[in-house]
Amino acid sequence: MSLEESTPDTVDTGVTTAEEIEALLGDLVLDRDDHLNAPGFVVRPDQVQDTLFRLRDEAGFDHLSCVTAQEYEDRYESIYHLKKYDDPTDEVSVVVPTPTDNPVSESAEPVYRTAEWHEREAYDLVGIDYDDHPDLRRILLPETWQGHPLSRDYDQDRPQVVPLREHANPLQEDHEGDEDDTMFLNIGPHHPATHGVLHLKTVLDGEQVVDVESDIGYLHRCEEQICQQGTYRYQIMPYPDRWDYISAGLLNEWAYARVAEDLADIEVPEYAQVIRTMGAELCRIAAHMLAVGTFALDVYGDFTAIFMYAVRDREKVQNILEELTGQRLMFNYFRLGGVVWDLPEPREDFFEMIRDFLDDLPEALEEYHDMISANEILQVRTVDTGVLPPEVAKSYGATGPVARGSGVDYDLRRDDPYGYYDELDWNVAVEDGCDNYSRLLVRLREVEESAKIIEQCVDLLEDWPEDERTIQSNVPRTIRPDDDTEIYRAVEGAKGELGIYVRADGTEKPARFKIRSPCFSNLQTLPEMSNGEYIPDLIASLGSLDIVLGEVDR
Amino acid sequence: MSSEQERFVTDTSQVGSDTRDARIGASGTDNRFNSKLREAFGSSPFILTKFDRFMEWVRGSSMFMLQFGIACCSIEMMHTYAVKHDLDRFGAGVPRASPRQADVIIVPGTIVSKFAPRMKRVYDQMPEPKFVVGMGSCTISGGPFQEGYNVVKGAEEVIPVDIHVPGCPPRPEALIYGVAKLQERIANGESSPVTVKPYELEQFSDLDQDEVVDKLADEIDEDDLVMRYNWADSP
Ligand code: SF4
Repeated sequence: MSLEESTPDTVDTGVTTAEEIEALLGDLVLDRDDHLNAPGFVVRPDQVQDTLFRLRDEAGFDHLSCVTAQEYEDRYESIYHLKKYDDPTDEVSVVVPTPTDNPVSESAEPVYRTAEWHEREAYDLVGIDYDDHPDLRRILLPETWQGHPLSRDYDQDRPQVVPLREHANPLQEDHEGDEDDTMFLNIGPHHPATHGVLHLKTVLDGEQVVDVESDIGYLHRCEEQICQQGTYRYQIMPYPDRWDYISAGLLNEWAYARVAEDLADIEVPEYAQVIRTMGAELCRIAAHMLAVGTFALDVYGDFTAIFMYAVRDREKVQNILEELTGQRLMFNYFRLGGVVWDLPEPREDFFEMIRDFLDDLPEALEEYHDMISANEILQVRTVDTGVLPPEVAKSYGATGPVARGSGVDYDLRRDDPYGYYDELDWNVAVEDGCDNYSRLLVRLREVEESAKIIEQCVDLLEDWPEDERTIQSNVPRTIRPDDDTEIYRAVEGAKGELGIYVRADGTEKPARFKIRSPCFSNLQTLPEMSNGEYIPDLIASLGSLDIVLGEVDR
Repeated sequence: MSSEQERFVTDTSQVGSDTRDARIGASGTDNRFNSKLREAFGSSPFILTKFDRFMEWVRGSSMFMLQFGIACCSIEMMHTYAVKHDLDRFGAGVPRASPRQADVIIVPGTIVSKFAPRMKRVYDQMPEPKFVVGMGSCTISGGPFQEGYNVVKGAEEVIPVDIHVPGCPPRPEALIYGVAKLQERIANGESSPVTVKPYELEQFSDLDQDEVVDKLADEIDEDDLVMRYNWADSP
């Protein structure tokens, strides 16, 4: 795995070099703090907006991928990881240190809408205050929580009190005159249409949605803390399986594998890369199947045939994955530098199993198209509902099928290649309808593309010479990346850009492990899609976002 | 009455149909009730049982599950309900969306501080008698997330659990086995052990005064329901 981006002086058309950025920012830059993936510029906490505006408008960094917050011994730090939608390998980090006794920094929300939630999370978990933020309160933890759990002096044993408030008394604010007739509706956290434990506070005017606010954190399992307690080599890998748990395990594991391999400079044998690519795409099919099934469930409103068909096809994929990895859902199959074991013996049977599945797939997809995308009822419900214009999608940092359904041609498998993807022949599915229907179509088409990839991988694996089947490279037993190296790396997960930021401190455990979840950013677009629309369209939009709460809340 | 009935007297030997033949059999004797079950009970046409026993058997044979997803385990739970595994075959697979209609709640996932009060509320809304199946290691001990600052160390801290199904996640077969065990237990009338639930929903004013409570006094109303977590005492 190369570290090309760490030497950003290679001038390419459209790529902004570190020198150009430095010249552009002029005296806004206090210092350089380069990361392995991107040049980093230190700026003053009260000049964040100036810096980001300039980078966005004059250098074209239109994608705020992630905001990482952390506490050092002597300071707090927020890092804004910027990218370009046109070329995600063109990255820059803006580092904003703030003093420990007064951690106040300017909010990036006026520049990138997505910063709202990211900064709320930073405030919640680390404890940095953001000036000029529209609504700075806790997002993942209950409002009454004491302390900031990822700050240095947090005492995990102190008791906490969490209230159960049924209604946050929302009617009062909304009833301004006697004419206003709005109604408050709680959807969730226990509700069949929220795909888990999401809570939507919805204000309705008649049947139309006036305002919807997502209340998340009902599944905040402290993934970042747990990963910071684990050693790089073995202890972290099981956890990514549990972020996006809709069978997308291998895709998530790859996110960690990629970041750790780049950090510790580990090579992956080609054979292992092909296996990884195949496994990951199988996972993508399974994940999209469930997305399509539950979307139909949301739109049609009952456990109908489509859901059962989707589960039937998922079972097939899960059987293949079980053969490969030994587990149905939580695979723990990747290792740093490769995969844990070779394909199951007898190999022919395994390949045949995959081929059988691929042979049946076109017919199955035909069924889906008959029942879902060609169905008039579904079309009435989804075409032109939940509209998300591309510019809005970008400012919220939407990625994956949500962005691609809005015509944003962004897929890290192609744009920031890893694994074996750039050797294979496949296409990125993009639809520009911007509505619920387009997002559904993107998923269905992606299943076809994944099948293409798998087929090519199987062909490759079948003919792979027996003495070159190296599944793992030589990796030291303990991995201790150099002190103070920082890296942000992302892969294309089932839901979009799944990124991880790691800061190493010379020990065998990461000092900061930050997960950039695609669902977290995608869910933020929900109010844009549903305000002013009918309430059934809200449910359809939510279904088409295909969020998974394990990843939203982490 | 009787005269009316006479108007409908029919000569049974004249009316024949496939259905009737099948029911009565070629011999003409109605053996509808001479089933295997009947044989098992012996020659008497009566079944003697206690009403309680009967009710328990009924209860165990027709359980309505609550459609309740939390985390990763709920994916396997969905597979258990759906084709292939089809929990419904065992008389226990109709997921109900409302707790008011459910007998059994499967707790499929990690419970965190923000969710525990809601789960308790959902559990309270279920009508008696109600049963709980804890699915996955998260509901046993917090599982892989046990050390998390926000994770409740097992469902039993909040609601009583009848059956624990270990695994991360348990396979659908394991969940079916767990549900079957629960059915067996219900049918035998066994009650589940009384468990200690450290975390209860209580009124804020009932909490013991201490530093945290003092601090929150102006944020939380006196009669708000709260759940207090004493993490230091958790296993
Ligand atoms: S037991 Fe494992 S699979 Fe189940 S919810 Fe917990 S972490 Fe997820």
